[in-house]
Amino acid sequence: MDINDFRSAFTVIMLVLFVGIWIWAWQPQRKKDFDQAANLPFEHEDKPASSQSKES
Amino acid sequence: MSSAVTYNDKVVRQFAIMTVVWGIVGMAVGVLIAAQLVWPALNFDLPWLTYSRLRPLHTNAVIFAFGGCALFATSYYVVQRTCQVRLALDHLASFTFWGWQLVIVSAAITLPLGITTSKEYAELEWPIDILITLVWVSYALVFFTTIIKRKTPHIYVANWFYGAFILTVAVLHLVNSAAIPISLTKSYSVYPGAIDAMVQWWYGHNAVGFFLTAGFLGMMYYFIPKQAGRPVYSYRLSVVHFWALISTYMWAGPHHLHYTALPDWTQTLGMVFSLILLAPSWGGMINGIMTLSGAWHKLRDDPILRFLIVSLSFYGMSTFEGPMMSIKTVNSLSHYTDWTIGHVHSGALGWVALVSIGAIYVLIPKLFNKTSMYSIKLINTHFWVSTIGIILYITSMWVAGIMQGLMWRAVNDDGTLTYSFVEALERMYPYYTVRFLGGLLFLSGMFIMAYNVWKTVSSSEQTQATNTDVTVKASERSES
Repeated sequence: MDINDFRSAFTVIMLVLFVGIWIWAWQPQRKKDFDQAANLPFEHEDKPASSQSKES
Repeated sequence: MSSAVTYNDKVVRQFAIMTVVWGIVGMAVGVLIAAQLVWPALNFDLPWLTYSRLRPLHTNAVIFAFGGCALFATSYYVVQRTCQVRLALDHLASFTFWGWQLVIVSAAITLPLGITTSKEYAELEWPIDILITLVWVSYALVFFTTIIKRKTPHIYVANWFYGAFILTVAVLHLVNSAAIPISLTKSYSVYPGAIDAMVQWWYGHNAVGFFLTAGFLGMMYYFIPKQAGRPVYSYRLSVVHFWALISTYMWAGPHHLHYTALPDWTQTLGMVFSLILLAPSWGGMINGIMTLSGAWHKLRDDPILRFLIVSLSFYGMSTFEGPMMSIKTVNSLSHYTDWTIGHVHSGALGWVALVSIGAIYVLIPKLFNKTSMYSIKLINTHFWVSTIGIILYITSMWVAGIMQGLMWRAVNDDGTLTYSFVEALERMYPYYTVRFLGGLLFLSGMFIMAYNVWKTVSSSEQTQATNTDVTVKASERSES
């Protein structure tokens, strides 16, 4: 296997990874988490969360 | 212990105020050297006031002092709010402030003295480089420990961008600053010839990509939703935006070395990756601007939001211009001309400075417990003064740069050059004058900001108002 095979394989891996990230981000079950995350700038502006709660 | 239930805003306040101070210093040096290009006598025949020594002082001051303080201030503010936990390691956070100020003061002393590595944007000599490393490792420890301690299940997208900026700048600085010291004030790079050039521009372009882009995109992803009062347009697009942007920027550096001793394939690779970069850059820009979708009227009422959104327009412009200039045939005209200077300032003034100014205007009242800035009207004045300044600056540099490129490449029938270098230089007077005026306007805007910040901080009015109240009151005041 010469180095150019490795280079070609790497290009394909990067492409698959990119498409994979896209598919992952657009899965319908991600939506709830993402909506929650997107609202983080509007919570706990003045004080940190109390030490008990782990949820936002 | 009361400190466990409050945020650490002291360090944020310090960095926010110094952002304004260093902004004025760095831009004042820029205006001075712009004036020197029109009136060369302004160096007063003093070696430490020559253009060659003050230009690196200008770039270091605006990028690392002004931009750096803005990034420290906003990242410390944002990581606490979105992780809902107090900033980790109080003492180390305090060290990052004083250490960074010491780096800046050292730069302001050594660069005019002519002490330099001569690597662009990495001019500082090795003892200062070691101090930068210490401060940066502390910064990373404070930031990532805060992320680890977070009370939220998710790491907000702004923190991903800030985190990538902190990690990448650490790697860039360590690799590019590798040098052999021969005395306290002089060292030589460990890399030879063309390899040194490649390492330098791998560093240089990623300083643009991570220091001046990823960090400020973190700012954008927090302060635009915050000021608009609605979550970012598409959170899932922001995820794709992040991974695409950070994996593409790494490879774009060779476009600074077109038609040099760098191997041809490396130049082409740099050009191709620069072209690909248009996609993630515009994806991010659209995501930011579309956050206002359905609430465009806020742009009319709120000059702070206008700073933030117009910064994205300039970001879109310069991330279109950049890939275009990286095309080898375009580059053969634009390289070494003032077109490059115009491009850089459309990014630096239009994107980096405007988004930072907008974020600081959001932060100052919150950090000092005021309902809003002292004068919304003055924010509006600042907006127009700086926008007109940027437009004068970049249009004069476009014309100057394209004229230089065309004059330098013009040849007579017998193959001799049509113009001598000094003939092209002579034609630059009007454009250099307009550029000086544009810079002067932008600097005036910073003085307006400093006055406004001063009046806000020193006013006796106190409030515990929540953010939504502040936003509403601010827009009410601007309408009246």
